[in-house]
Amino acid sequence: MTTMAFTARDSATMTRRTLRHAVRYPVTMIVSVGVPVLLLLLFTGVFGGALEAGLGAAAHGAYVNYILPGILVMTAAYGSSVTALGVNRDSTEGIIGRFATMAISPAAVLSGYVTSSLLRTLTSMAMVIAVAFGLGFRPAADATQWLTAAGVTVLLVLALTWLAVAVGLAAKTAEGTSGFTLLVQLLPFISSAFAAPGQMSESVRWFAANEPFTPVIDALRGLLAGTPDGGTALVAVAWCAGLALAGYLWGRALFRRDLNR
Amino acid sequence: MTSAITATGLRKSFGGKAVLDGIDLEVAAGTTFSLLGPNGAGKTTTVQIMSTLVRADGGEVRVAGHDVATDPAAVRAAIGVTGQFSAVDNLLTGEENLLLMADLHHLRRAEGRRRAAELLDQFDLADAAKKSAVTFSGGMRRRLDLAMTLIGEPRVIFLDEPTTGLDPRSRRMMWQIIRGLVAGGVTIFLTTQQLDEADELADQIAVLDHGKVVATGRPEELKRSIPGAHVRLRFADVAGLDAAEHVLGGAFRHEDTLTLEVPSDAGATAVRALLNRLGDTADQVDAVSVHTPDLDDVFFALTGHPTTDTTAEMENTR
Repeated sequence: MTTMAFTARDSATMTRRTLRHAVRYPVTMIVSVGVPVLLLLLFTGVFGGALEAGLGAAAHGAYVNYILPGILVMTAAYGSSVTALGVNRDSTEGIIGRFATMAISPAAVLSGYVTSSLLRTLTSMAMVIAVAFGLGFRPAADATQWLTAAGVTVLLVLALTWLAVAVGLAAKTAEGTSGFTLLVQLLPFISSAFAAPGQMSESVRWFAANEPFTPVIDALRGLLAGTPDGGTALVAVAWCAGLALAGYLWGRALFRRDLNR
Repeated sequence: MTSAITATGLRKSFGGKAVLDGIDLEVAAGTTFSLLGPNGAGKTTTVQIMSTLVRADGGEVRVAGHDVATDPAAVRAAIGVTGQFSAVDNLLTGEENLLLMADLHHLRRAEGRRRAAELLDQFDLADAAKKSAVTFSGGMRRRLDLAMTLIGEPRVIFLDEPTTGLDPRSRRMMWQIIRGLVAGGVTIFLTTQQLDEADELADQIAVLDHGKVVATGRPEELKRSIPGAHVRLRFADVAGLDAAEHVLGGAFRHEDTLTLEVPSDAGATAVRALLNRLGDTADQVDAVSVHTPDLDDVFFALTGHPTTDTTAEMENTR
């Protein structure tokens, strides 16, 4: 077998390992689906009426159509938090050190985390979308727009996951990952997820309009509503690709760093 | 005789402080080599450099014929490492941990299962095969860790304090396993803080202190160099102490505790001979205790200062 084939095989082994964790300890999965579903119910059932009135035409009828992209971004954020914790546990318990003394490429170990995280998070998202349909979600997207939306979603999950892997490796304790966790879980609230930035106070508005989650949410919303905006989608893709690359480079650098720095 | 490991002029410092200050070591293939030293001496750092986890600042290390700096992949393919902190996957069962290693060593499925079953049996883990590793005791976890290391049939095995924190029974069991490995032809590089462990297992010992090798030799050579073994006699009063000191001569007198320390090889025959020499004065002896050399004695003899844990933080920060 060639080096490439070995790397692919090791990567599959590592993916199986982390997926087994998820299946054996379903609590993390339940939380990463449960919290977004809860938010979906909360925002449509409790705040929905009031917020919908404020949004006017932008809501396109049902408020659930408006907020689902934001909820999906939050699902990705929760999924990446689980990944950061898992990587950190492996790093502090020493199993990553064991892998580092074995003839396995770092790419195989890291991509194992990323692949399993991607599969886990996309499964969570499918469940959240199913609940949204039950709440009246009615997308107007055609097949191409669905596919594009799926592509943007995958890119977003990849970006957050690579960052999560690097954060998990960098943190000395589980608490050390909480900064990242809190940031990705809170940022969607200060974005276009639940309300249009135009209605926010001035300083918040600038932040909400320019933070990375806003173009991703806007692009997804446009695609699902059947009214895509190429410019927004490009900004979203650029953000995701940039963050994914940063996370990848950071994670790769951390994998074989000196343990006793 | 070929060398499995050689280190020449090995140097490493962290934050401006030298942890390894020019180490030279040579380990013959198929033997057990023990690096003996207190916390903070640089033992773990040495293992980390030899196992490609940490890059040295200077010097050359060759393991199984390969340079760790220029060809780490070849080194990794030849070695197995079991560290101070067991690196097992706590969320998987004992068997799954072994099968994970089998997969990473690219064994065929059937071959992997066979090796895993064999090792579970050999390491007395068969009952725990289907249990999650998080439920394992310290000894079981350490054995599983070593079993995982052995799946790939490494030629050189690094054991970093493999029995630290284990109860005496688990410790004996670990020793048994290590002896079995050497009998199978592998080279063992063992670090320990305990002289008896090095004595029990090693063909060759190097004593490490503050990043420097202060002595090397076979266990019996090292022990001979240590004037640590003595018999301690405690008396009820100064009169008894005076009388005994007069009879024995050459003993070391502790006025405050009313004790005499008599250099001796501490065996039963030597103790009997000593008491015979005392004659009637033996009646005034309150207590007899036998003191054999430990790491503190080795250290005191070799370095002139006792073992200290002041730099323990360095080694344990990971």
